Amino acid sequence: MTTFWKHRLFWPAAALVALVTVNSIARPRFLSITMRDGELYGALIDILRNSAPLMLVALGMTIVIATRGIDLSVGAIMAVSGAVALTVIDGSDDPGNLGTVLVAVATAIAVALVLGVWNGFLVAVLGIQPIIATLVLMLAGRGVALLITGGFITTVNSDPFSYIASGYLTLVPFALVISVVAVAVIALVERRTALGVLTEAVGINPEASRLAGVRSRGIVWGAYVLSGALAGVAGIVYASNIKAADANAAGLFIELYAILAVVLGGTSLAGGKFSVAGTVIGVLVIQTLESTILFLGVPSAQSPVFFALVVVVVVMVQSKRVRGAFGMVRRPGRDGPTGPPGPSKHEAVTGRRTEVAA
Amino acid sequence: MTATVTEGRTERLERVSAATRTFMSRHAAMTPTFAALVILALLLVGAEASLRGDFVTPRTISSLLLDNAYLLILAVGMTFVILTGGIDLSVGSVMAFTGILGAQLLGSGVPAWLAVTVMLAGGSAIGLLIGVLVQYFDVQPFIASLAGLFLARGLAFVVSLSSIRVEDTGVLWLQQNRIRLGDWYITPTGILALVVVALAAFTLHLTRFGRTVYAIGGNEQSARLMGLDVARTKVAVYVISGFCGGLAGLVLTAYSGAGYPRNGIGTELDAIAAVVIGGTLLTGGRGYVLGTLVGVAVFGTIKTIISFMGAEQSWMQIIVGALLLLFIVIQRAIVARAERRR
Repeated sequence: MTTFWKHRLFWPAAALVALVTVNSIARPRFLSITMRDGELYGALIDILRNSAPLMLVALGMTIVIATRGIDLSVGAIMAVSGAVALTVIDGSDDPGNLGTVLVAVATAIAVALVLGVWNGFLVAVLGIQPIIATLVLMLAGRGVALLITGGFITTVNSDPFSYIASGYLTLVPFALVISVVAVAVIALVERRTALGVLTEAVGINPEASRLAGVRSRGIVWGAYVLSGALAGVAGIVYASNIKAADANAAGLFIELYAILAVVLGGTSLAGGKFSVAGTVIGVLVIQTLESTILFLGVPSAQSPVFFALVVVVVVMVQSKRVRGAFGMVRRPGRDGPTGPPGPSKHEAVTGRRTEVAA
Repeated sequence: MTATVTEGRTERLERVSAATRTFMSRHAAMTPTFAALVILALLLVGAEASLRGDFVTPRTISSLLLDNAYLLILAVGMTFVILTGGIDLSVGSVMAFTGILGAQLLGSGVPAWLAVTVMLAGGSAIGLLIGVLVQYFDVQPFIASLAGLFLARGLAFVVSLSSIRVEDTGVLWLQQNRIRLGDWYITPTGILALVVVALAAFTLHLTRFGRTVYAIGGNEQSARLMGLDVARTKVAVYVISGFCGGLAGLVLTAYSGAGYPRNGIGTELDAIAAVVIGGTLLTGGRGYVLGTLVGVAVFGTIKTIISFMGAEQSWMQIIVGALLLLFIVIQRAIVARAERRR
């Protein structure tokens, strides 16, 4: 039982269950899923479908954070990818053609890949701090997106393109299929091959892992490429949902929500151990909370207050001081009220004790 | 005879270049700030040349300070935080929150002095929250100030969902009163911003608190072992940044004549960019608040040039991004050289 309490996914999962419970009491229809014309509808399905862009971005962010990095540019990459896709479709003679849409999607993802390669180059090769390296693209990316769309909001009317966000693949929404496939592929690749372990090794101690023969440069680079590509897909889903490319609004603040989702899922920002399942739970908590806030009739502009409270509560629950007070950590702070300096302060968060921090 | 003259000249040249080298190696931390100054000069000269002498006029330079007073105040607060090795993402939202709060208070008949006090206190309170989270709950500055960003942005919309006009003559006076000297002018908001810079420079370089800020950025553990009051200083820098956010809210409210909850989205990035362009290292411990002044000047000049040329504002983001990249590469090179020498 104690191990169950101490499992690092316990608190995130408990938060999700609590949210769902509150919702299903407040509105009984919350849990009901109806079938119409062989397609599923309901509040839960909406939450799952709307979470697709955040899920994709947060997955990439998880891997980047595991390497001790952070990717602030995902929102800007989403804007660029949406702008590229819609400009290609808008410029073609036949916007409704499936081939056109496929070309547009492929071009957009390729551009996003290039942007990811650029971020990875700055971080892994030039050795620039991740926050500031990705800040470059975060600032410049939206400008590029605006240039691509010529400063306008490009809108298209293309059935195959809007299928991406609002279509159904037999029973379930296609957007949900995309995010489930992404989760499955990343979980398999990271956990069924050595890649996940190597990624954690790089995040826990880059120098030690390099000396141990891990090709840390390639792994860090790859993490940013992955993050860029996933943000590209997320940008397409977002653009498809609103059938337009809005360079200013696409993916605004999504980097912050994605980081929040990763942290909610128990992955420490200090790098190292990561949890794909935790991130999935984190994303669902955020999306459910968003839906709850909307249901309560609070204007969506005011919802950040709730997220601020969630962030404060979560980081305080994870902090050593509070855990020590409730006897949740075996060894409370060793050297007084300020706590031990350096990375050791995150031991309590990630539950790792044996690794030597750099 | 000609030989001796050239010899003397080369000797003098050598002496000058040797002196420059010594100066540069002793003050390597200043190199990025010098680079920023050079870029600023190039920008001004280039704009003057390409815009046929219409650019470097007293009017333009004066309006540069007027238009960027709020950003300068935010960037000064940010400099304190970044010098300790932290980061404060909340400043743009704090500015929006205090601005709309002040506008609302003034609109409901609260006297100006009280409204301004509440604005400054509100900004400081959010800074205090971030500082306490960072220092006492071991939360990373990025996440703690992210909570501050969400909180302030949400509260701004709680105060009002739409913009509120400010009619208070006292607040508008800050903006409309122009103290003229020939073609030059300065507004009380500009004076306020410059006073903030001067106070910050004094605090950072000539007080115990300021030296502690640098010491924490250099090595927090060493600072603690030296017996410096790390905990109080670290909380204080976030309070200072929050206070600056409140002050910027006041200046922006005076500038735009209204409070608007959507103000300052992304301004925290502009402030960080200005600080970095001004030569402060994001790892902390190195940098100058006067460099931040230069950084804001570079930022503002680019913005003005772009609007002079009638180019799209999207270029602004791209150019600032490119400049940021240039400066972090310079900084990276300096840090790498310092590490090699050690």
